[in-house]
Amino acid sequence: MVKRAIPSREELFSILDAVMDPEVPVLSVVELGIVREAVATDDGGTVVTVTPTYSGCPAMREIETEIKRALEDQGLGPVTIRTTYSPAWTTDWIAPEARAKLEAYGIAPPGVVEAGELIQLTRRAATVRCPYCKSVLTEQKSEFGSTACKSIWFCRECRQPFEQFKAI
Amino acid sequence: MTPVPSSLFPYLLRLADDRLVLGHRLSEWCGHGPILEEDIALANVSLDLIGEATLLLKRAGEVEGRGRNEDALAYFRDSADYRNALMVELPKGDFGFTIVRQLFFSLFSLLQMDALTKSSDADLAGIAAKAVKESRYHVRHSAEWVVTLGDGTEESHARTQRAVDELWRYTGELFMADAIDREMSDAGLGVNPETLAERWNAEVGKTLERATLTIPKVGYMQRGGREGKHTEHLGHMLAEMQIVARSHPGASW
Repeated sequence: MVKRAIPSREELFSILDAVMDPEVPVLSVVELGIVREAVATDDGGTVVTVTPTYSGCPAMREIETEIKRALEDQGLGPVTIRTTYSPAWTTDWIAPEARAKLEAYGIAPPGVVEAGELIQLTRRAATVRCPYCKSVLTEQKSEFGSTACKSIWFCRECRQPFEQFKAI
Repeated sequence: MTPVPSSLFPYLLRLADDRLVLGHRLSEWCGHGPILEEDIALANVSLDLIGEATLLLKRAGEVEGRGRNEDALAYFRDSADYRNALMVELPKGDFGFTIVRQLFFSLFSLLQMDALTKSSDADLAGIAAKAVKESRYHVRHSAEWVVTLGDGTEESHARTQRAVDELWRYTGELFMADAIDREMSDAGLGVNPETLAERWNAEVGKTLERATLTIPKVGYMQRGGREGKHTEHLGHMLAEMQIVARSHPGASW
């Protein structure tokens, strides 16, 4: 392993920006806002603070392994991962460029998180654009999709089912 | 640092066990849902609940300070050491029973977790903030279904009403407070469940009315889960949940 100068926060984030989310491989763990902080330590290692997207996200363990590997490959081990729950992860942290990547990949990006009433007994009507044909003649089939972070939709224009990243 | 009150550990177990046991019960629907979308939805809700339980048990293990992690607490406690309310351990029943129970528990959980976002335990407050976001989806999902089924066909109405009748006597336990709850509430760490009952009753009442369902007259509310006195169903469920971990302790894959 090469010995190197202590990297800046920007350098660490740019290394981590190459670690893709295993379930949405078009976005990195930095773009998703899972990586909250990265600090180089005096002993040449790194401390990375992450926050889970959903409480039960099964990809978190793999994400931590990939983060460690990416930094160790650059000679920045040992890597310590810390988990924080506060502030709770929100899709509002996903930047516009990342949202465009999601749509190009075939997943409708999340809308803005609305505070609203704590208790809502029915779903609110929302307009979601089909990522394939861009029509807004779409309907939600279920608030729960193939992963915790997605809901199932159907486009009445191009007759294709698609998924949306849920605003949370 | 102020010492952690000894009741924080059993309090965290109550929070975690409600979610672990219900999460496991819901996972029994995987591959058996009435339609594909519901199979996926129930598995999602199950995953959220088990995830919340994992974080709560991890915190419980840290507070206890005897080296038990979330897996040790989930897989190596017997039913008498579980502190969940009786409602969540009842067998999954038909889809109507599962959905009515989801409405009752999700509404309780949302109100409870919302209050816990103000806990002076930073970890618990953070876990609660995540759980609030997830519970809001769970409430919407179950409330919509209760109305669809209750105000549906003769058959779906009858089955959903039967579920309400069977489950109602288990709702009281959710809001019963004992010394542990009061100590946690006084210390600013937890919430006294009695304070959640009014809002819960209002929201459930509204939903059941819309669903053309009625609340049964029940004189006696079942209780015991918070002290480890469970129905026969929990032991059977835990046997299935724990068998692999107990047969191969320390195994990893």
